[in-house]
Amino acid sequence: MKRSRFTDFVTKEYKHIWRDPRTLLIVIIMPVLQMLIFGYVVSNEIKNADVVIYDQSNDYLTNRLTQKLNASGYFRTRVLARKASDIGSAFRRGDAKIALVYPPNFAQNIKRLGHVNIQIITDASEPNTASILDSYARAVITSFMGEISGLGFSSSINIETQMLYNKEMKAAFMFVPGTMVLILMLITAMMTSISITKEKELGTMEILLVSPLKPSQIIIGKVLPYVALAFFNSLVILLMGYTVFGLPLRGNLALLLGVVFLFIILALSLGILISTLSKTQQVAMFMSMFALMLPTILLSGFIFPIENMPKVLQWLSLIMPPRWFLSALKTIMIKGQGLWYVWKEILILTGMIVVFLTISVKKFNIRLS
Amino acid sequence: MEKISVNSISKSYGNVEALKGVSFNVDGGELFGLIGPDGAGKTTLMRIITTLLLPDSGNAKVCGYDVANEYKKVRTLLGYMPGRFSLYQDLSVEENLNFFAGVFGTTVQENYDLIKNIYYKLEPFKKRRAGKLSGGMKQKLALSCALVHKPEVLVLDEPTTGVDAVSRKEFWDLLKELKMQGITIIVSTAYMDEASLCDRIALIQNGKILGVNTPTGIINAFPYKLFSIECEKPTHALENIRSLSICKNAYLFGNSLHFVSNNEENSPEIIAKTLEESGVKVDSVNEVSPEIEDCFIERMQRQ
Amino acid sequence: MKVASEVSGNNVIEVKDLVKRFGDFIADDKLTFTVGKGQIFGLLGANGAGKTTAIRMLCGLLKPTSGYIKVAGYDGFTQSDKIKENIGYMSQKFSLYEDLTVWENIRFFGGIYGLWGKQLRERSEELLQNLGMDQHRDTPIADLPLGWKQRLAFSVAQIHKPAVIFLDEPTGGVDPIARKHFWELISKAAYSGTTVVVTTHYMDEAEYCNQIVIMVDGKIVANNTPLELKKEYQAKTMNDVFLRLAQSASRTE
Repeated sequence: MKRSRFTDFVTKEYKHIWRDPRTLLIVIIMPVLQMLIFGYVVSNEIKNADVVIYDQSNDYLTNRLTQKLNASGYFRTRVLARKASDIGSAFRRGDAKIALVYPPNFAQNIKRLGHVNIQIITDASEPNTASILDSYARAVITSFMGEISGLGFSSSINIETQMLYNKEMKAAFMFVPGTMVLILMLITAMMTSISITKEKELGTMEILLVSPLKPSQIIIGKVLPYVALAFFNSLVILLMGYTVFGLPLRGNLALLLGVVFLFIILALSLGILISTLSKTQQVAMFMSMFALMLPTILLSGFIFPIENMPKVLQWLSLIMPPRWFLSALKTIMIKGQGLWYVWKEILILTGMIVVFLTISVKKFNIRLS
Repeated sequence: MEKISVNSISKSYGNVEALKGVSFNVDGGELFGLIGPDGAGKTTLMRIITTLLLPDSGNAKVCGYDVANEYKKVRTLLGYMPGRFSLYQDLSVEENLNFFAGVFGTTVQENYDLIKNIYYKLEPFKKRRAGKLSGGMKQKLALSCALVHKPEVLVLDEPTTGVDAVSRKEFWDLLKELKMQGITIIVSTAYMDEASLCDRIALIQNGKILGVNTPTGIINAFPYKLFSIECEKPTHALENIRSLSICKNAYLFGNSLHFVSNNEENSPEIIAKTLEESGVKVDSVNEVSPEIEDCFIERMQRQ
Repeated sequence: MKVASEVSGNNVIEVKDLVKRFGDFIADDKLTFTVGKGQIFGLLGANGAGKTTAIRMLCGLLKPTSGYIKVAGYDGFTQSDKIKENIGYMSQKFSLYEDLTVWENIRFFGGIYGLWGKQLRERSEELLQNLGMDQHRDTPIADLPLGWKQRLAFSVAQIHKPAVIFLDEPTGGVDPIARKHFWELISKAAYSGTTVVVTTHYMDEAEYCNQIVIMVDGKIVANNTPLELKKEYQAKTMNDVFLRLAQSASRTE
C-alpha cells in the first residue's frame, strides 16, 4: 500500500500542530479569546447608561416613553435638556453618551398624522458603545410602539440616529474584521514561516531537499494544513461576530468567503517569503511580528482610521495587504455590496499574491544558502 | 567502480575559503572516512556531495551523475544524515520512519531487510516520540530514516558527535553491517580514533586534503621514528625535550609523551640517555607505532 | 559566622555515600571518592549513568538527597554559594561571547566571578600575557581560531583562581595540534595546584587524566589511574576499558 507522498506530508504537518500544545493554543483558543477580548473591551455590558432626554413635547406619551427607558434597566435619565445645545455640552462633560430627542406635539402628531420622528444622538467617539446604546434604545422604542398600538394608536415612530464626532461610525464593527485579519496573519503568515524555519533548524529540511520531493511540494505540503486551519478560524470568527456581537452579514456569503480565502493565500505567501529570508524560528517570529503584525494593527485602519493618519502613513497604508482586505470585508459585510464594489480590492490582493509568491519561488532554493 | 568522485572542488563563503581544491574518490562498497577537526570543511564537502551546495569550481559525481547538473538523479540515489539532524521530535519512532519512507516514495516494509538490524533495537519503542529517545537511539533512528529508501550511497555528517562511547561503538558496528550489504558509505568525524574503523580515510584540515589512504597506509607512511616516553611531570619535561637537537617534535599523548625523532639512528637508549642528561627524570622510553593523531599532526606541520 | 573548615589532608573533593534521588529514580547511588589537589580527574559514563547529576552536585547546583559532600572545603548541602565562588566551569559548547572582544570577555567574566577594580585589571592583564594574546586584546572572539578560543575560555574560567575547574568535553572537535597545546595548559594548571574535573564521551581525553571514575547505572564501577585500569582489564586503550564496563548498562537516558 503506497499512500501518496503528499498525503504523508500533510498528515505529518497535522500531527505537528495537534501535538504541540502551544501551537494548538494559538490556532484554536486564541482566535476565540481575541474575539471576546476585543469585543468586550470595546463594548462593556451596558447597564443604567446615562441618557439625555430632550423632550420638546412633554406630554403623556413622551413621559411614558421616558419612564419605559428608565424601567428597562439599560438607561437612566441623567439630564433633561432644555435646548438642543445642552446635548452637546452633556456629551462633552461626559455625563452621557446617548441622547433622545422627542419632537414637539408628540401625542398629537401620533394621533393626527400616524407617525412621528424620534432622534437618537450618540457620542460616537466610542463607536462600539455608541452602536450598542443605539440598538438598545431602538429596542425600547420599538417595544414602546407595540404598547401604544395596543392602546389603539395605529402609528409608526421613525427613528433617526445621528452620530456625533465620528459620523460614519467607522470603527464600530471593525473589530471583527480586524480580529480576523490579525488571526489570519498570525496563523498563516507567522505559523507557516515558523514551521518552515523549524525544519531548517532541525536539519530535516536538508533531508527533504535531498529527497525526490519538489520544493513546491514541500512548501504546499507544509502550508496546506494552515490554510485549512485559517479558513476554519475565519468561519469561527464570522460566526461569533454574527451571533455574539450582532455583526451584520449583509452581502453575498460566497463572495465574502472568497475574499477571505484570497487573503489567506496572500498571508501565506508572505509567510513563505519570510521563511525563505530567515534561518531560525526566532528570526521568522520577529520578522512576522514587526513586518506583518504591527503594520496590520497600526496601518490597516483596524484601530486608527486611515483618514486621520498623516499623508505619508496614508500612502504607506496603500501597500498594506490588510487595508484592502478590511475594505473589501466592510463593503461586503456591512454595506452588503456585491462584486462590482470590491473588484478593485480583489485585483490588488491578487496582484500582491503574485508578487510575493514570485519573490518566494525565486528565493526558495533547491539548495542551501 | 567509483561511486563518488570529487575533483578539485573549491568553495568560499565570502572571504573564508572552506575548501581549497579537494579531490578524492570513493569506491563502491567502501566505508570511507573524512577525518578532520571542526571547521576543516567536512560539512561543506558533504553538502556539495549531497547537492545541497554548489562548488565554486571543480565538480563532483555520485554514481556517475554530476551533483550540480544532475542533482535530481543524485538525490534519488543518496541517503543523507546531516550533522544536526534530529528528526521530528514530536513524531513517534514509527511515524518518523514512515514519513521519510513516504517522502522517498517507498514504504518501510519494502526495504525492511536493510534496516531490520538497526530497527529491531528500536522496535520496542516504536510508539515513543523521537524527542524522548536517548542520544544513541536517536542516532539509530536517524540512520534508519536515511536508509529507508535503500540508497546506493550513504552520506553521514558527524553522526557520532555528542554520543557516548557505547552507542558510538554500536553505531560503527552497524555501519560495518551496512557495508557488507554493498552500500557505499562516506562518514565524517572529528575524532581521530574513529579513523581505524574505516576502509580508507581522507585527512582534511583547513579545506585541504592532507592525505588519502587506508588507515594502515597512513600510519606506515609516517616518515619518522616515534617513541613513547613516560616521565615525571611530562608537561614540564616537554620544554626541555623540544630543545634537544635529536627531537623533531614532542607532545603530550595521554599520560605519556610522544617523541618524534629527527633521525633514523635514535634508539630508546639514546633518547633516554639524552633526556637524563638534560635533567628529565625518565621512567621508560619505547619505540611505538604512530596513531592517526600522530600522522595528522605530522601532515599538518608538513604543510 | 562559621569559617569553612580546612580541606582535610590534600583532598579538594570528598564524597561519601552520596545519593541523589528524583522521586523513585536513584540518579546517583552511594558515590564515594576523593580527588586530591592538583589532580586531573576524569568522570566517565554513558548517557544516563548519572554523570551529569554528579557534576551538578559537585558544582553546588543541585542539592544531594543524602551522604557527605565537600568541595574546596565547603559543604555541598549548606554552602553551595561558597562552592560556586571557588569553582570554574568551561564547556566545549559554550565558552565566550563571540561578538565581544578578547578583552571585553575577560573583563566580563572576571566581573561575574567577583573580581573588580585594580584586582580585575591586574588579573586580566596577567591572563593576556600568559596566553601571549596581548596583541589580540581588541579582536572579537568570532575572529579567533578555535584552538585559541578554547585556551582563552579555559583561562577565563580560572580568572578567579578557583580550587576546582570543571571541563565538559574540553577538546572535542579541535585539531590535534591545538588539542595538545590545550592539554599542556590543563596539565600546567594542575601542576600549579588547581584540581581539574573532566567529563567526556571521548575516551582519548580520558587518557590524559590521573584518576578516572567510571559510572554505570548510577554507581561507581571503577576508580583508578588510566594505567592501572588498562592493566586490570587487559585493555589497550581507555575506550576498551570503558566499553567493557559500560556495555552492561541497563539504563539509558
